Amino acid sequence: MSAGWFWAIAGLRRAVGVSAFLALAAFILGPLLTLLIWAFAGTWLFPNLLPEFSLKWWYYILSNGDVTKAIRMSLLSAPIATVLSALICIPAAYAFARFEFPARRILLLSFLSANAFPKIGLYISIATLLYKLNLMDTLTGVVLIQLINTLLFMIWIPTGTFRGINRNLEEAARDVGAGPLRTFFQITLPIALPGLIIASLFSFLAAFDEAQGTLIVGTPNHITMPVMMYTLVLSYPQPVGAVFSVLLSLPSLVFLLVAQRYLRAGYLAAGYSL
Amino acid sequence: MARLSLHHLSKQFGTHAAVHDLTLDVRDGELMCLLGPSGCGKTTTLRMIGGFAQPDGGDIQINGESVVSLPPERRPTAMVFQRYNLWPHMTVAGNIAFGLRLRHLPSSAIDAKVAEVLTLVGLPGAAQKYPHQLSGGEQQRVAVARALVLEPKILLLDEPFSNLDARLRVHMREEVKQLQRKIGITTVFVTHDQEEALTIADRIAVMKDGVLQQVDTPDALYARPQTLFVADFIGTMNLLQARVEAAGHALTAGPWRLTLPPSHRPAGAEVTLAVRPEDLVVDPGGAPVRVRRVINLGHYLQILLDSPETGTLRMFTDKGASFVEGQDVRLAIARALAFTGSEVLELGGPMRPSVAASE
Repeated sequence: MSAGWFWAIAGLRRAVGVSAFLALAAFILGPLLTLLIWAFAGTWLFPNLLPEFSLKWWYYILSNGDVTKAIRMSLLSAPIATVLSALICIPAAYAFARFEFPARRILLLSFLSANAFPKIGLYISIATLLYKLNLMDTLTGVVLIQLINTLLFMIWIPTGTFRGINRNLEEAARDVGAGPLRTFFQITLPIALPGLIIASLFSFLAAFDEAQGTLIVGTPNHITMPVMMYTLVLSYPQPVGAVFSVLLSLPSLVFLLVAQRYLRAGYLAAGYSL
Repeated sequence: MARLSLHHLSKQFGTHAAVHDLTLDVRDGELMCLLGPSGCGKTTTLRMIGGFAQPDGGDIQINGESVVSLPPERRPTAMVFQRYNLWPHMTVAGNIAFGLRLRHLPSSAIDAKVAEVLTLVGLPGAAQKYPHQLSGGEQQRVAVARALVLEPKILLLDEPFSNLDARLRVHMREEVKQLQRKIGITTVFVTHDQEEALTIADRIAVMKDGVLQQVDTPDALYARPQTLFVADFIGTMNLLQARVEAAGHALTAGPWRLTLPPSHRPAGAEVTLAVRPEDLVVDPGGAPVRVRRVINLGHYLQILLDSPETGTLRMFTDKGASFVEGQDVRLAIARALAFTGSEVLELGGPMRPSVAASE
């Protein structure tokens, strides 16, 4: 039997649409909301729908020396890993996009390999290597392990971005008198910028969220926020975990807000309207 | 001003010769069209002139000086590409000024030049717009402006209007022609569209499979193609298989027969006869053919004719003539070119049926 009559009623159709939207919103935002409530909760007793507002867990967290040290470590290591990754990978991505060289495809695929195996095995063997190089429990070691997690994003996204830029745009710059370097920095790079920002965003998040490898390489003195999270969740009351989760998501939120300014710029699709 | 000379230019892609031993001179202020089907090497030739492809052999000279070892940024050439010309992150003024800034001109001079060249291409108000705010035709005008503002010696155009719709394309090529005449710049224009080439070029270089076929004015190319390929490629042409009679005095193509003058006696027995549709004329003594279809093309008629011996023929005639589909008409050939494989003979008619054939 056809259900056409049902969809023919505009009011019903809209009601179903609105409910579906609300359900989706609740599904996505619900956990975040609970997290926020817990993060600002004092005492929360049975008949009350909402807890008593309190910042005491924030004071508690931010006055804990181990926690602030972890925050500092995260805010130091993740940006370093992201910048290093960009410096190494963006030129490589340009080469992957623009030049034909032997084993190009295999090399490009090899960047998937870090994500193709169970990470823990990879980290153990890397740890063995870092141990020999005296890099265990050092900032360098932590940055290196975070760097590995960023490679995929910093190679694949920029390669696609550069490949999407028509060579004519670069040739036109050469034609009016720009050398290869000037062409790259004044034409290719600005046009690729939105893609590179996306890649940096993903890389930063990958580095910032990295916990497994950092736990192995960084303990006991180089603990980052996600590693700290294990300790906090295991051995402190629930609101502590909530407060820390909010802290963990702050950098990505800030990054997203900054990035969207650039991503909105209309020139992304410009020049291709022929 | 500038002359451009290509000497025995060659370019291989793998084992495939994209351009083979191409020698061509473009005179000062001339608009030369490189014309040919896709894959004939015309764009490769243009890219070698601009410095975007390195020739495997031969030389490119501008005013007698070789530029073949110079990178694109040091050649006095300016290129307008088929598309993806403008840098999307810069305004129109930014696009045009980019090359001027590299030459360290004072900003007042740059502004003046940008305004001047935008007026020249008919977009005086567009300086502060971004490329995506312009239509396709406007974008190509800006690309032309960006090329011209540097006052290059040679302007290179790579099918610049092929992505525009038909009306705009016709309009733009007229504009470019006028602009080119006005500033008298030596120009090489690549196109696969013979109509475009015939309407704007001073001379046309026809290419096929990397080999230059013929360089001539549009009129000469149409009237006296030197190879069968050019005859078939330029305009519409009827190609008829013909035989030279044993004595060598006459030639037979289907029902038509032509006595050959002593100076025009082809060596071989087999020749191909090329006849323009307008050279088929109604003649009471002509050979009978049947009108299959009459196509009204506005100011003239195209008539498809069936002849049992030669297959389909095309004929152009003015609208005054009355043809009815299915009707039999008698036609003579007023003028033909005979391709023997080694030479081309220009034959004046009229060719009528031989006495034997008509009986």
